[in-house]
Amino acid sequence: MKTHPLLIAFAVLTFAFLIGPLIIIIGTSLSNTSYLTFPPEGLSLKWYENIFEISAFRRTMVTSFMLAVGGTALSMLIGIPAAYAMARYRYELPAFLGNIYVLPILIPEIVLGFSLMKSVAVGMDFPIMAALLVGHALLVLPYCVRVVGASLNAFDFSIEEAAVSLGCPRWKAFFTVVLPNVRAGIIAGFILAFITSLNDVSISIFLTGPGVSTLPIQLLAHMEQFFDPTIASVSVLLMFVTVGVMAIVERTLGLTFLTK
Amino acid sequence: MTVSLSLSGITAHYGTTKVLEDLDLHVGEGELVSLLGSSGCGKTTTLRLVAGFLEPTTGSIKLGDRDLTRLPAHARNIGLVFQTYALFPHLTVRDNVAFGLKQRGIGGAERRKRADTMIDRVGLGDFADRYPANLSGGQRQRVALARALVIEPPLLMFDEPLSNLDAKLRVDMRVEIRRLQQANGTTAVYVTHDQEEAFSISDRVAIMNAGRIMQLDTPEVLYSRPANAFVADFVGFENMIPLRAVAEAGDAVRAEMPGGGVLTLPKEHFTVPSKEFILATRPEGLLVAPAGDGIPTTLGLRTYLGRAYQYQCDTPGGEIKANGPLAQPFESGTNAVLIPQPEQCCLLPA
Repeated sequence: MKTHPLLIAFAVLTFAFLIGPLIIIIGTSLSNTSYLTFPPEGLSLKWYENIFEISAFRRTMVTSFMLAVGGTALSMLIGIPAAYAMARYRYELPAFLGNIYVLPILIPEIVLGFSLMKSVAVGMDFPIMAALLVGHALLVLPYCVRVVGASLNAFDFSIEEAAVSLGCPRWKAFFTVVLPNVRAGIIAGFILAFITSLNDVSISIFLTGPGVSTLPIQLLAHMEQFFDPTIASVSVLLMFVTVGVMAIVERTLGLTFLTK
Repeated sequence: MTVSLSLSGITAHYGTTKVLEDLDLHVGEGELVSLLGSSGCGKTTTLRLVAGFLEPTTGSIKLGDRDLTRLPAHARNIGLVFQTYALFPHLTVRDNVAFGLKQRGIGGAERRKRADTMIDRVGLGDFADRYPANLSGGQRQRVALARALVIEPPLLMFDEPLSNLDAKLRVDMRVEIRRLQQANGTTAVYVTHDQEEAFSISDRVAIMNAGRIMQLDTPEVLYSRPANAFVADFVGFENMIPLRAVAEAGDAVRAEMPGGGVLTLPKEHFTVPSKEFILATRPEGLLVAPAGDGIPTTLGLRTYLGRAYQYQCDTPGGEIKANGPLAQPFESGTNAVLIPQPEQCCLLPA
């Protein structure tokens, strides 16, 4: 059977649009010019050095990663038990509960950011870091609940009952039997949540304040003043660090659970 | 250790729906009792109550002299085998079987030895290091069985354990279950909707309907002497002929069918339970004869069953099925009588 040429063209175009920006950004970051250009003119790593010369980039990068890790962890602490309860008692609990947890992605982020600023940052007078942490945890909660929930919905709760019947108390069965079997969902949820948090601008912009900012906001601020390839080099660095974190998460979560 | 299980006065609800109504059940030491019924009859609810996954509204559950009623499920020490096998997917066969021993604080070497012995007993010695995903349905159920047996529970409970297996394997596995249960002398409760399965391996069977036990007896008694119309229908008494006792004639009772037609029932063979009653029987319990003391009928469609002919018979009481001998086939439209065979007919209160 021959593949239709239009189908081939369509597939090539799709991949071009998916991969193209990555190539352009990597190329741009290596350019020896003081402006953004592609293909790169000359080759240089000076824009990578430049990231570490600008202290704001260093600071905001640390903040962003702390928020991504902390916010995701916090939302997992809330999201996993919530997803468990909704899957375990799906016939007893009202169906709309599941939708409530998705609200943070249904509401425009900018509205969520603004209302958090009014309520948490101003209204309750939270410190900036704490307000950001709450904001990010809320932002990524839908991913945790939904993705972990999908794993839990496919989980046969007879397995948990089997553990209990064999003498394992329920709280212990949750850790020894339920969690190891929804590991894939937890890893996937973590990765999605982590990236969402790391990328966020619209919520962070309302909650950052004097002296505290996140990397995406700093990138925007930098670009307003300079049009040099630092933007590109930061992006590339961010990309690789993210991939690295994901690999570590896969490895550690994967391995500890397998050796148990 | 052999103990008996006693449920007394158990009522249970799901929300506001009553699912069990004043249920009493006694399973003797080393006895295997099946709970048999269609879905929603309360058989699985009963099992879950004993396992501790549900709490009864009223009543008590005792295992030997231990009161289980309010005991948490993990402290009940009951071996459970599930319909879906419910093996731990992330553990090997050996670790699955050893799980219960680990919960009891039994050390590594001893645990491994006991698990391996049990794995050998169910014939899976070569599979101890496999994961459940790499086993067939029958092998998985053997692991589930080994996992429940290794903790040496005083009570074993099975929740439709064979319904995910194919027909041939079902027969092999039920024999295996019965063999292991008897070898250990463990008291057992077996939930199923399959009559053949329940009858074949049980000491006694409880036929359930709408949250009640309709009859609890040996398979032999249930099969030939159902106590009420529900059980009769359940075990395949296809003919339910309503009758009314009208007169006594010497050592017989004369009974009338609603649409006319009179039947003489010798007292020697039949005990009429009430004025209005039902004659329940399988098709082979009615003998088709050209004449005699029986239900008058016009024979309808004849079908060949191999061991007999079956006739759809038009009677004053409605259409009933009766078997006639192979040696003497009747043509459709023939007038005949259907003579109840005492040992295959039951008279039940209406």
